[in-house]
Amino acid sequence: MADKLSFALVSPERELFNGEVDQVVVPGSEGEFGVLPNHSPVMSVIRPGALKVLSDGAERRIFVNGGFADVTPEGLTVLAEEAIDLADIDAAQIEQELKNASEDLRDANSDAKREAAQRAVARLESIRAALAR
Amino acid sequence: MPSLKEFRNRIASVKSTQKITKAMQMVAAAKLKRAQSQAEAARPYAERMSRVIANLAAAVQGDDAPALLRGAGKDQVHLLVVMTSERGLCGGFNTQIVRAARERIDELLSAGKTVKILAVGKKGRDQLRRLHGDKIVTFIDLSGFRNIGADASNLVRSAVLDLYEQGEFDVATLFFSRFQSVISQTPTALQLIPARAPEGVTPPDLKGAIYEYEPNEAEILEALLPQYLNGQILQALLENQAGFYGAQMSAMDNATRNAGDLIRKLTLRYNRQRQANITKELIEIISGAEAL
Repeated sequence: MADKLSFALVSPERELFNGEVDQVVVPGSEGEFGVLPNHSPVMSVIRPGALKVLSDGAERRIFVNGGFADVTPEGLTVLAEEAIDLADIDAAQIEQELKNASEDLRDANSDAKREAAQRAVARLESIRAALAR
Repeated sequence: MPSLKEFRNRIASVKSTQKITKAMQMVAAAKLKRAQSQAEAARPYAERMSRVIANLAAAVQGDDAPALLRGAGKDQVHLLVVMTSERGLCGGFNTQIVRAARERIDELLSAGKTVKILAVGKKGRDQLRRLHGDKIVTFIDLSGFRNIGADASNLVRSAVLDLYEQGEFDVATLFFSRFQSVISQTPTALQLIPARAPEGVTPPDLKGAIYEYEPNEAEILEALLPQYLNGQILQALLENQAGFYGAQMSAMDNATRNAGDLIRKLTLRYNRQRQANITKELIEIISGAEAL
């Protein structure tokens, strides 16, 4: 394929990716969709899940915890609330954190704490789901 | 003329002050490096977010737009979010921000508007309290945060949004210092609500294609706007933090140099005094011997 897609992935803390790729598969709120070069303009909400970046036959998977994808003729911009490269994640560590978070949820004695624990559990579960696939 | 002992004491005290300012300068330099890279890493997000907002704002207009984008339709009550540091010893850093805010306050007041202040950071609150204490509605203390991150910006955002939902203000403006270099930080005012596409950012040319929205414009905006606020606030906090360390570093550098000058001057005077004393004693001995 001659054409390349210019793709940028940014989270509030840093810019994770900025460059040319062949294809990106985005976990949209209405279902996954692939973005190829010269895609028509779309703006979509992202649900927590794995974002796949295909470039020169190599696949890179990045976990995004919610955010937005914006496709313009210039390229694809993903604004993630949080983004972690799945290659940097250790499955055992996530399991451990998930267990801790679930315990927190059980022990939570106030609404604020329960809410925070619930968020943490949901986040970790979606990371685990992204890892499993 | 002070005695030799007094000179010695003063020199010793200036020397220990110099040691402290020197140490603070080095600590600030180390923290600055981290804060600066954090602020710079966060810039792409804020920038791209602005572009997306500009995009959407162009597409969604009129009465369908959410309140955060459209505004309350009036601009009677202004909320100024003044971000300053928690600690001092940083030269004119906080004063600069407060001065910019104060100028805006005077301008708004003379135009007959109502002004409310949300102070973030202790130093700015203390400076504003003197003249505009009655206008401060909320104060957010960030000294509990060791690292400025999503938690801190969430705290500020929810405070702003709570006030907005209670109808406490119509227009919100953010005051902070944009970090340019170690010696230069520019106080900046940024309009938060109603969200406005920054100047110079234009929606991309769609070449006749039609934008699609998933699920739909309104829902996206609803989810996007709080994120946008968060991004802008976080960016402002990080810029401020980097600016603070930069200002502190150069202030402490100046202080160390001043202490050095002072020590040199005091040492010169001390030596002169010592020599004068010796000469005086010699004259006394010699004239005593001659008298015999």
